[in-house]
Amino acid sequence: MRITAENLSCERSGRLVFSGVNFTVAGGEFLQLTGPNGAGKSSLLRLLNGLSEASHGTVKVEDGATDLTLGQQAHYIGHSDASKSALTVRENLGFWRDFLGGGDVETALAAVNLSALTSYPLALLSAGQKRRAALARLALVPRDIWLLDEPSVGLDEASQHLLVSMMQRHLDHSGIVIAATHVPLGLTPHRKLALSGAA
Amino acid sequence: MTALLSLLRRDLILATRQGGGVGTALGFFLTVLVLLPIGIGPDQVTLQRLAPGIVWITLLLSVLLSSDRIFQQDFEDGSLEIMTMGSAPLELVALTKAIAHWLSTSLPLSIVAPFLGLLLNVRTDVIWPLLVSTMLGSIALSMIASIGASLTVNLRRGGLLISILVLPLYVPVLVFGMSATSGMADIVAPSLLILSAIALASLVLAPIASAAALRAYLK
Repeated sequence: MRITAENLSCERSGRLVFSGVNFTVAGGEFLQLTGPNGAGKSSLLRLLNGLSEASHGTVKVEDGATDLTLGQQAHYIGHSDASKSALTVRENLGFWRDFLGGGDVETALAAVNLSALTSYPLALLSAGQKRRAALARLALVPRDIWLLDEPSVGLDEASQHLLVSMMQRHLDHSGIVIAATHVPLGLTPHRKLALSGAA
Repeated sequence: MTALLSLLRRDLILATRQGGGVGTALGFFLTVLVLLPIGIGPDQVTLQRLAPGIVWITLLLSVLLSSDRIFQQDFEDGSLEIMTMGSAPLELVALTKAIAHWLSTSLPLSIVAPFLGLLLNVRTDVIWPLLVSTMLGSIALSMIASIGASLTVNLRRGGLLISILVLPLYVPVLVFGMSATSGMADIVAPSLLILSAIALASLVLAPIASAAALRAYLK
């Protein structure tokens, strides 16, 4: 599988966020997006997962499922955790398993080291634990492309290692990881894309 | 299908666990029904004449009261973003969430509303036609409310704006819902048929409008 973006530009409410962005990323590769605040890292990820549209340019997926959009083959971890504080950790994951069509909740929770907390309401968890519950979606439903927006925010050192090993396993299975991050994750990116804003 | 059923189940669980669902709406309904006779006066004949209309209008307002819940929380916590990446189209997601609102709020409310009309001395032979018309109408009420909810999804205090957007759209439901309780045989049946037609049309059209609004906000 390979994602190719050509001459992408993105406008938000008439403001040009970035323009002329090109990249290629193939299966088994980790593309790191860097750049200052407001350079368009999140905008680029939202453009890839189909939430917004590019004002110019194209994104192509080769060797992917032909009947699915890029977004439907991808996981997106955004700034918000997409989980409900009134539901337990297991219920939250169980919903996404059924909705996205996926695997085993207990295994996914074990992968982010939340097995001990499965029956607690999410409201009782700390910010980092909530983040891990959101990251458990990655292990829950197998999808080829991971779009991660600052995935390590709020995670302690041990959890960052867990995240890195999850990403490494995904890459070993020739998945694609595109992550926007300020801090080095401890995983050497195969490719880097520096966004500098539209200036 | 599994996806939509699990969404329906989740929304129903959330409606019972988080409050703000049928309990609040029912409380509002009861309060208005208790206040009105105090305001209008204790004349039983006047109250009896006004009762079906008051029940209907209070039902509209109670449904509106809880409608901002349909999409707002899922929008704020990012769940809607992830739902756009599933295999189910956003239109069906919107339909499922509106149905969850109907099952958790509008339907139970529309079932008890005619009986609470007894507080206004509603004629007992009007209760059954009123029940049929409120139950049929409640489908359209939830569906139309979901349009308003999607249009105001990113507004922190969207409740009032929803009312202004949605109440005019409730006029046909109110007109035919009321005429179904008129007691005249040649009006009741056509009114119920038109009410069913409105319910069916709103089932098809409202999710399309809601999904379009949600997509625009998610950009």
